[in-house]
Amino acid sequence: MATTVDRVNPRTALYPTNGTGLQVRVRRTLAGDAGGFELDVAFALEKGITILFGPSGAGKTTLLDCIAGLTNPDQGRIVAGGRVLFDSEEQSNLSTTERNIGYVFQDLALFPHLTVEANVAYGLGGLRAEDRKQRVAGALESLGILVLRRRRPAELSGGERQRVALARTLVTQPSVLLLDEPLAALDLPVRMKIADDLRRSIQALPIPVFYVTHSRDEVFMLGERMLMLERGKIIAEGTPHQVMSAPRSETVAQLAGFENVFEAQVTSVHEERGTMTCEILSSGAKARVSGTADGTAEAVPFQNLEREGRSGSNAIELETPLVRAEVGTKLRVGISAGDVLLATSAPLGLSARNILTGRLLSLSQRDMIVVARVDCGVEMSVHLTLAARDSLELRPGRQVWLIVKTHSCHLLAG
Amino acid sequence: MNIAAVTSQNESDSPGAITLLWRMDWQAFWLTFRLALIVTALLLALGLPLAYWIAFSRWRWKFLFEAFVALPIVLPPTVLGFYVLIALGERSPLGRWWESMTGHTLAFTFEGLVIGSVLYSLPFAVQPFAASFSAVDSRLLNASAVLGVAKFRTFWRVIVPLSFSGLVTGVALTFAHTIGEFGVVLMVGGNIPGVTRTLSINIFDQVQDLNYAGANATALVLIAIAFVLLSIVYSLNRSVWSIWPRP
Repeated sequence: MATTVDRVNPRTALYPTNGTGLQVRVRRTLAGDAGGFELDVAFALEKGITILFGPSGAGKTTLLDCIAGLTNPDQGRIVAGGRVLFDSEEQSNLSTTERNIGYVFQDLALFPHLTVEANVAYGLGGLRAEDRKQRVAGALESLGILVLRRRRPAELSGGERQRVALARTLVTQPSVLLLDEPLAALDLPVRMKIADDLRRSIQALPIPVFYVTHSRDEVFMLGERMLMLERGKIIAEGTPHQVMSAPRSETVAQLAGFENVFEAQVTSVHEERGTMTCEILSSGAKARVSGTADGTAEAVPFQNLEREGRSGSNAIELETPLVRAEVGTKLRVGISAGDVLLATSAPLGLSARNILTGRLLSLSQRDMIVVARVDCGVEMSVHLTLAARDSLELRPGRQVWLIVKTHSCHLLAG
Repeated sequence: MNIAAVTSQNESDSPGAITLLWRMDWQAFWLTFRLALIVTALLLALGLPLAYWIAFSRWRWKFLFEAFVALPIVLPPTVLGFYVLIALGERSPLGRWWESMTGHTLAFTFEGLVIGSVLYSLPFAVQPFAASFSAVDSRLLNASAVLGVAKFRTFWRVIVPLSFSGLVTGVALTFAHTIGEFGVVLMVGGNIPGVTRTLSINIFDQVQDLNYAGANATALVLIAIAFVLLSIVYSLNRSVWSIWPRP
């Protein structure tokens, strides 16, 4: 990991040493509002960006605070850059000031009374004035904020403040960089652009970067690896694609954005084709789940099913990818509303294996997306464009067909 | 020595501003000024660490200490003055130690007056200091720690600049309060011209002598000083926010 620097990055040049990773084993009781729970995690990070993803209240910030020494684990061991920062058995516990951890807070915490230049120079008190000046100028330049050096934080835009906070941290050459929802304070329109800037600034760093977020978009934009944290436990780990497309718990499913979650049972397994057939028993425990970014779910009861007399007698089956499961295994199927096609006549000659028919219950518009609710034995949400809605002349009560590809059916543990 | 006393017979004259100043007891004025300056300097040195401790300590019995510091606000000055007098006198260890060092007791001296005044004005310095220290955003202190800056430097580089208005308030209130104190001075210092006779004692003397014009001149000067100091306090507390708005 040490020698290959394919591009000359000014900040890589700032680093005389290569980080040797971060090893964390932390156990800590959290006094939450709902009785509290235990943060209990163990993981190791190498250089590069690792996303820590999870709903608010999962313990993400507490975990970062433990690494930075702002709070102490009840038990565990934290090693960064080859130094033991905390070890409950050896009774060693470096103070925050000695840990050399870079930590960019959610609200950035720039010093309001200092200029940009003084903010960035703040952590370099131990250097000679010349070296300090040079280091600060280098950091300001590489983040493109040299022209702002005489301004105070109040005179900066959100994105500029972001970069000042990053410069202030990187200039101290930390052995690990922690970023706590660094884009949360920004307005949506600029967020993606700044996320891209941020990625370019941090991806070439020779140290582990631990990036906390609860935004899906940031996960895919920034992450090479991710950890999924829920109620203090790491419940999934891997590349963002692995974790987000094959989530293993319902919370993850909602976070990952499955609007449709159904209880299902395996009825047959086709090893040779790599698929299996599942019968939908009901929609998930929470009926239809409208996934929102923060994981809240809105439940819609199934008042139409009995009246139409369709449930039970006419089982709905889905062909899904094969997982390690036997006939009779109960599991959940998650289907993203954006992955479902809607047709106004019975489709022919399609590769997709799952074609369901039903009646359109309602149409509602959310920003530029039309959400169609369809009763096809279970209720399913489908996302359409405005143009599609208009050209298909959709109205409630009309018979429609839903098309779901096998690989759009994501299996979640039951 | 007391110029006002000479002219005390001409009370019926309506004196102009110049005459009023002429009637001031300038010796008492400078003594008071010197006392307030020394007490303020001492309380700045003593009050900053005390206020820091009050603002950031997590000791569970801290409130007892806070109550103790606030005592002079509610106690009659004579109570405080009485105990200070006892503590400074020949019978107390402190008084004996001082006497062995200097050859005279602390009671009825300028030094004794300083000690009494420091105790009496303590809450007027410590409370505004502590209030403004705890108002500093704790996230900034965390940021400072994470950047590797130790507590002492954080104090000077973050806490003090961001508490500037509170520090000025504490200093101004201490200064004004020391100038205006009466009971403790009388108990501890007595009324010795040039040594312990401050302006407020001077006013009392002049009224006792029926020298109302002199008392008036001195009282007006005290009012003016107090008003100017309080104006500084309030103007600073207003404008600091417009100089350094929170991001």
